[in-house]
Amino acid sequence: MAQASRSGLSGWLHRVSDSDVWWSFKSSPMTVAAAVATFLIIAVAFLSPVLAPHTPFDPATLSLSDGLKPPVLVSPDGEWAFPLGTDDQGRDVLSSIMYGTRLSLIVSLAAVGVAMVLGISLGLISGYFGGAIDAVIMRVADVQLTFPAILVALLIDGVVRGLISVKRHDEIAIFVVVGAIGLSFWVSYARTVRGSVMVEKNKEYVQAARVIGLSPLLIMVRHVLPNVTGPVLVIATLNLGLAIITEATLSFLGVGLPSTEPSLGTLIRLGNEVLQSGDWWITVFPGITLAALVLAVNLLGDWLRDALNPKLR
Amino acid sequence: MLAFILRRILQSSAVLLAVGLVAFSLFRYVGDPVNAMVGQDTSMEERDALREKLGLNDPAPVQFFHFIANAARGNFGLSYRTSEPVGRLILERVPATLELSFCAAVFVLFVGVPMGVYTGLYPKHWSSRLLQAISLIGISLPTFLIGILLIMVFAVMLHWLPSFGRGDTVRVGWWVTNFLTLSGLKALILPSITLGLFQLTLIMRLVRSEMLEVMRTEYIKFARARGLTNRAINFGHALKNTLVPVITVAGLQLGSLIAFAVVTETVFAWPGVGQLFIQSVQFSDIPVMAAYLLLIGLFFVLVNLVVDLLYFAVDPRLRSQGGGARVAGH
Repeated sequence: MAQASRSGLSGWLHRVSDSDVWWSFKSSPMTVAAAVATFLIIAVAFLSPVLAPHTPFDPATLSLSDGLKPPVLVSPDGEWAFPLGTDDQGRDVLSSIMYGTRLSLIVSLAAVGVAMVLGISLGLISGYFGGAIDAVIMRVADVQLTFPAILVALLIDGVVRGLISVKRHDEIAIFVVVGAIGLSFWVSYARTVRGSVMVEKNKEYVQAARVIGLSPLLIMVRHVLPNVTGPVLVIATLNLGLAIITEATLSFLGVGLPSTEPSLGTLIRLGNEVLQSGDWWITVFPGITLAALVLAVNLLGDWLRDALNPKLR
Repeated sequence: MLAFILRRILQSSAVLLAVGLVAFSLFRYVGDPVNAMVGQDTSMEERDALREKLGLNDPAPVQFFHFIANAARGNFGLSYRTSEPVGRLILERVPATLELSFCAAVFVLFVGVPMGVYTGLYPKHWSSRLLQAISLIGISLPTFLIGILLIMVFAVMLHWLPSFGRGDTVRVGWWVTNFLTLSGLKALILPSITLGLFQLTLIMRLVRSEMLEVMRTEYIKFARARGLTNRAINFGHALKNTLVPVITVAGLQLGSLIAFAVVTETVFAWPGVGQLFIQSVQFSDIPVMAAYLLLIGLFFVLVNLVVDLLYFAVDPRLRSQGGGARVAGH
């Protein structure tokens, strides 16, 4: 109680450093490493316009004579200008990866955001009002849950392709992918939030809020929502890993981001096309980046799930 | 119990109807069935006549009924891409996907469950920790990346196994099988491992955590106090009590195997239904997508139904009157 009475940043820092969650974070070196790795990858990716040695998707800067150079450390044919080698168009693999990671992250974060907003809203509505609205929302969720997210995303993507022309599609591909992944992930948020809301709404504090005449919207957002942030945060972190994989998979399958604007998945697909001829670096380095990113995010998610689970304390 | 089964079948039918509705809307409103059947130079009048003949001017519920009735007979219209009947296109490719998924499922269950039991029984042993660490990496590697890595090592570098296609196949009736030739069996190895690896790590981690939880319970202590052998305790008491969640997840994962077959088939150029589906998404070949959706829906609903019924076999508590109602309510 003493800490709560302090105000401002120092009070907040004190509360954080005194909490169980911070303690469990500090005492797990794996988690600290994962957090550092996640932060580094995100920082480098978002700073790629500054940090990247080349601008790989500006055709004016490319030269075919730089094509298919191997990485520096494994072959004398490599050049320090292209530390991880180049692809068949002469694009620097390292720079491609940095820009590609940024795009992968943007798409996945946006997709998780879409899923979160949609799922939380529908879960709140479903749990608070109950009745017919609840029944409809939850049956839709049941039907969708019958299918794995990747299939739902593929279907949505395919339908959008059917509705618009191919040329237009490349321009809005990023929004299509964000929407497809977001729409395929909302169910777990909605179910969790709905469950918590049904528990919370009968508690006295919600009844009190209702008695003093607050609107349902205000009660949901101000009083019920803060009580479900823990589980939502866990789902969001674990979902981020899944969203990164899903985006990469869609792009790998050739129905995600176009090769003019490649994400990690697109880079791996392009590399895979020349893999048989032995030019492994075009595929392997984006692959390692993707795996490292997902692994770090998953480790954070696993840790968060355990740290916020009162059963395991 | 009968009431429970009836209610589950009713629910499953409702889900199927919803999937059917989505498939129908795709088929009818996103795509245009007439376009696939006529050439560029067909006049508007001829198109209208065809439209009338196909019943596309009928009220929507009538069309929906016809769509479902046709689908039940395996008639899904013509593919936009190849102008062949969709039903036949899919049927030709079903054996390839089923054989691949079957091999992957066998790999998952017969490797994943024992690994989970082992790591659950000896959680502190170094080999358990190693398996646990590897499984975490396995979960973080996307399916297609695993496939590419396996191809790179075993096909491009070592030349041990083929990297694409089904190898030599044998036709038994209408079913084309891989199981009867050496090259067919060799062609199955890499795709099956690729397809199964992700589910394997999931099953292993699940069995492990369930085992850890069960081993802490009173009845295991009691079983030890009774002087039962380790074998009887580990498998008769502990593993048996982890089965309910394991069966649920394994059942749902079986569905995921079919879904991720889409990715694996693309990586290995495996001529299955998943590859057909990806091609149909790329070309927005709506009739194939609608048919695939319906088939997958049917498959998933059946799997879920079987999983629910299996609960009765493994959990005696559910066989009492009250228990049935509890499951139905969840």
